[in-house]
Amino acid sequence: MRWDNPTKSSTSNPIVSMETVTLKQETHNRHHHVYVPEPELIDGKPTFNTITEIICGVPEGKMPRLWWILFGISFALMVMYLSVIAYLIWKGIGIWGNNNTVGWAWDITNFVWWIGIGHAGTLISAVLFLFRQKWRTSINRFSEAMTIFAVICAGMFPLIHMGRIWHAYWFLPLPNSMQMWVNFRSPLMWDVFAISTYLSVSIMFWYVGLIPDLATMRDRAKPGIRKTLLGLFSLGWRGGNRQWRHYERAYTILAGLSTPLVLSVHTIVSFDFATSIIPGWHTTIFPPYFVAGAIFSGFAMVMTLVVIAYWIFPQIKQIINERHIDNMNKIIMVTGMMVGYAYGCEFFIAWYSGNPYETSIFIKRATGPYWWAYWSMITCNVIVPQIFWIKSMRTNLTVSFIVSILVNIGMWFERFVITVTSLSQDFLPSSWKYFNPTIYDVACFVGSIGLFMTLFLLFLRYMPMVAMSEVKGVLPHANPHHPDYIHRGQHSHPVQEQEKVAELVTKNGGH
Amino acid sequence: MDEIKSQSAEELKRQAEATSAKALEILIEEEAEGVVAEFDNPHALLEAAAKIHEAGYKRFEVYSPFPIHGMDDAMGLKQSPLGFIVFAAGSIGCLGALLLQWWTSAVDYPIVYSGKPYFALPAFIPITFELTVILSGFTAMVGMFALNRMPRFFHPMFYSENFCKKASNDGFFAAIFVWDEKFNVREVKEFFKNIGGKNIEVIHRPLETN
Repeated sequence: MRWDNPTKSSTSNPIVSMETVTLKQETHNRHHHVYVPEPELIDGKPTFNTITEIICGVPEGKMPRLWWILFGISFALMVMYLSVIAYLIWKGIGIWGNNNTVGWAWDITNFVWWIGIGHAGTLISAVLFLFRQKWRTSINRFSEAMTIFAVICAGMFPLIHMGRIWHAYWFLPLPNSMQMWVNFRSPLMWDVFAISTYLSVSIMFWYVGLIPDLATMRDRAKPGIRKTLLGLFSLGWRGGNRQWRHYERAYTILAGLSTPLVLSVHTIVSFDFATSIIPGWHTTIFPPYFVAGAIFSGFAMVMTLVVIAYWIFPQIKQIINERHIDNMNKIIMVTGMMVGYAYGCEFFIAWYSGNPYETSIFIKRATGPYWWAYWSMITCNVIVPQIFWIKSMRTNLTVSFIVSILVNIGMWFERFVITVTSLSQDFLPSSWKYFNPTIYDVACFVGSIGLFMTLFLLFLRYMPMVAMSEVKGVLPHANPHHPDYIHRGQHSHPVQEQEKVAELVTKNGGH
Repeated sequence: MDEIKSQSAEELKRQAEATSAKALEILIEEEAEGVVAEFDNPHALLEAAAKIHEAGYKRFEVYSPFPIHGMDDAMGLKQSPLGFIVFAAGSIGCLGALLLQWWTSAVDYPIVYSGKPYFALPAFIPITFELTVILSGFTAMVGMFALNRMPRFFHPMFYSENFCKKASNDGFFAAIFVWDEKFNVREVKEFFKNIGGKNIEVIHRPLETN
């Protein structure tokens, strides 16, 4: 698929470029400095209304056929997932391939994989916000939604892995008749707090961001149940500056809280492994290595979802454009190399430590019974993203989609390699055992993807998929000190201005 | 004779209409909750806000579909106090978490796990951090709602059809409310006209029309 954006041509419109030129000259003459416009974040010089129309148009309109097809598949998978879980709770986790040696297998692999995917959403919404990366506004709503759905999928696995899910509340420090308390010195307990905090803060951050956009949709909706619900959830938002003042402060604080939070969550997930004494797990590189991997896989998943959203709703190409794809692919490449460095570093330390168990487990990872998983991981995570050194590949949607899928596969293998290889061949050779997944392992994994995609497609169907108020806020004309307002007549509207320039151009015999 | 009669009838009708229009205007002025004016763009709104502030109005508000940089200064608003509230909540979360872990692990149910002391501070850091974050995050959201008086589903601004249609899309509005000490419908209307407001409208509850 080639990049064919219908609105792209309008950026090279002679009228518009003429405007910029005259603008530059005028500013130059008056103030002796040149106004250099920032590179465009949104294609085609949209007005504020264009943004509203494009984004609100999606949930207000009918869903295209492709949406229904994808939704049908995802929904079927989700139903299958829930049935398998019901059977699992009925029968016990013996239906999985886990055995005495490999007590953690696909369940924990899936858990870490999903949690990692969620991290890119927070990175985009919080970390890039603090770094004032304005391009994030086009994709942050999207990826925040992805975070929430991914964390839901992740949370399912430890819960069902417990076996007796009806005792899940034992994880909470509640006074009880046994006069016992939970073990706060255990990394599994830290995990409970980390994941539930992460889910709650992600939902709060997402909801706070949604309020102004829900108000926009409320104002556009016809009276009825939809308007009532939108009105209820937008909490009577009016967009007054006294509201924006507190709103912006709350948003910044939530971003500031989410940034260390997202680092802590995957750090704590890595503690589940690192604080044990199993060879291949007991390493200090785990926290940064896990966080880099999380961002890597998360960006890949954002890319997968963006491309799927393009297929369903081609109109959003104006808002999420080539530049966003390019930037995301750069991050995928950089984090891919960080992960590659971590793989190398692990090997080096295994040898340098002189610890025979550590050395042996790493040699077995690359050449032992799981060699296929190890080399799939290296291929997908380290070798494949190198294609993004080439600019034309970074902006090519088909290539981006394929690479993003391969990275997702590679990152799943990474977690599989870490979890299963270390367990299956630990200190005592007599208990070495190969892990074979059963049909229920596969069903749980594939089913969780169904749950994820169902939630994501419903999000596209009912919610504004791009943060409208934020995108409007980064348009050049949102700046009250834009030269158009100051040098070209006091109270002029940008559109009227463009029309004026157009008239001028035709009067002077065109360009 | 007939001519005169019809003329005077027309005259009377015109007079009656004028009187009722006048009466309606007075009625609206009496029912007024505020006056709203529309401005063309963020720049115009920013200047208008500064002028309203200079003119000495206190209970006014400007509306935009996105936050406008520099508007707080133009309106003469102080910094949002939310940061302090969140800091207090975060501190409570932090201390509360330490207290919880210390009391349960070292006082109420002391058991040695993996050779760690009962009060093992390094092992308590992750949960202390998470509880600090969740309490701060929750307070940031709820505190913002409280400071913004949300949820508030009814507000006089929603009486203006023009406002509802544009404010959350691409409209820029300023309003001065009746609860301002200096408020006077005619003066405010005139004032908005002078500072370049358009579609000036008195906001009032819908009138009974019969």
